[in-house]
Amino acid sequence: MSIFETIAYYFSFDFVRYAFIAGVLVSLCAALLGVSLVLKRYSMIGDGLSHVAFGAIAIAAVLDIAPIYFTLPVTIFVAIILLRMGQNSKIKGDAAIAMLSVGALALGYLLMNVFSTNANISGDVCTTLFGSTSILTLSKQDVYTCIILAAVVILAYILFYNRLFSVTFDENFASATGTHSAVYNLALAVITAVVIVIAMNLVGALLISALIIFPALSAMRVFRSFRSVTVCSAVIAVVCSLSGILISIICDTPVGATIVAADIAVFAVFAIAGKFKKA
Amino acid sequence: MALISCKSVSLAYEGNTIVKDLDFTVNSGDYLCIVGENGSGKSTLMKALLGLKPPSSGKISFGEGLHKKNIGYLPQQTAVQRDFPASVKEIVLSGCLAKGKFSPFYSKNDKQTAKDNMKKLGIDSIADKCYRELSGGQQQRTLLARALCAAEKLIILDEPATGLDPVAAAEMYDIVRMLNKNDNMTVIMVSHDIEHALSEASHILHIGNTPLFFGTKQEYLNSDAYKQLSGKGEAQ
Repeated sequence: MSIFETIAYYFSFDFVRYAFIAGVLVSLCAALLGVSLVLKRYSMIGDGLSHVAFGAIAIAAVLDIAPIYFTLPVTIFVAIILLRMGQNSKIKGDAAIAMLSVGALALGYLLMNVFSTNANISGDVCTTLFGSTSILTLSKQDVYTCIILAAVVILAYILFYNRLFSVTFDENFASATGTHSAVYNLALAVITAVVIVIAMNLVGALLISALIIFPALSAMRVFRSFRSVTVCSAVIAVVCSLSGILISIICDTPVGATIVAADIAVFAVFAIAGKFKKA
Repeated sequence: MALISCKSVSLAYEGNTIVKDLDFTVNSGDYLCIVGENGSGKSTLMKALLGLKPPSSGKISFGEGLHKKNIGYLPQQTAVQRDFPASVKEIVLSGCLAKGKFSPFYSKNDKQTAKDNMKKLGIDSIADKCYRELSGGQQQRTLLARALCAAEKLIILDEPATGLDPVAAAEMYDIVRMLNKNDNMTVIMVSHDIEHALSEASHILHIGNTPLFFGTKQEYLNSDAYKQLSGKGEAQ
């Protein structure tokens, strides 16, 4: 079979098509949020939240609750707390995030070990941390959830784009001229939490923040306006997740790690291009 | 009715009262400089005027149809902005968001306002340039143009000349003077550069160490607050 025939053959399966739809939409949302998160120096919040989500999944497994109903509220709650800490100058935000994320990792692993229902603990842990083939076992309902979520995020992003820019660039000015910066920050944190929980299925807890920061960072190497950075990171996200999933299917590599590897490759190319552009 | 009147306003920063019983008024066309040492509450007062932080007691009221949203504000630069990928045009346009009604996109009017203000400050030729690649003076002018998009009657400037070289700083003061004189824009400027404050402003508000002082420039030159500061009080 030629490579195209192989691809066509894989695409005849529903689960492959589902994986592509979900993968692309989730990466797109993550990248859009990423532009603001990176510029606001919130990159670490994404990372911290994903670790918290890992801990929450472990607790959900122990309590035997469907992960999404427990993980989502907990992650949103922590997102809001982290944001408040960032505003409070007395507690250093980065230390708080570091504390929270390793704490959640340790407790999550501890719980998984003590209350294990499965003989293959390291397999379970590895799956939660680095993603699994679960993206290839998505149900129709999972895909619909993804589509609705993505539609909401993208629509909100377009409607509030100008205000989001204003708040990202200069919170004080935005507040002074009647934009409710606090509300936008809150919305940003909540949506980030939601995207992280959903994207964990795709690339796993440890790798999700790569989907958030890499496209934005790559775009910023080359582009000079907010709009071009936003559009470019969206395009990068889509291209990387498409090629990542494709390569992982063809070469039988882990989905999440392959997508992130594609993101890293793009970052390298853009970093070099940025150097040349300046020179 | 004055544009802004403050009646027995007290301000607190992290629980400590730093300014007590402040009374002053700003009239249309005034050029008020707020001076005082670092930590004397200049920034806190400015935040109170902008409605970002309520005063711990007293009342700040606006007159002549001035609305909080229509105050042009030139904040100090933040670390985030220094490497922010945004074009001059994008930043200036964002000042138009203050105009009230929610609409997801900028109107033709907004774009014209932004264009006019860029022209006025001489930055229309760099409208598509990236903010982080501009000189300090150009960056300040960009932020001032944004403030003008929001402002109808009043601009509040927070140390506009900080970090600028002497030439750019002088240009900045020229621009502000022009706005005050030609456009009848009321100006409130926070500054620790007393010399410039005295040469530019029509009114001075001195906060921090008591006695607080508020009055015209001439009154200030004769006041105890100024004598204490300049050391002339002790000489007598």
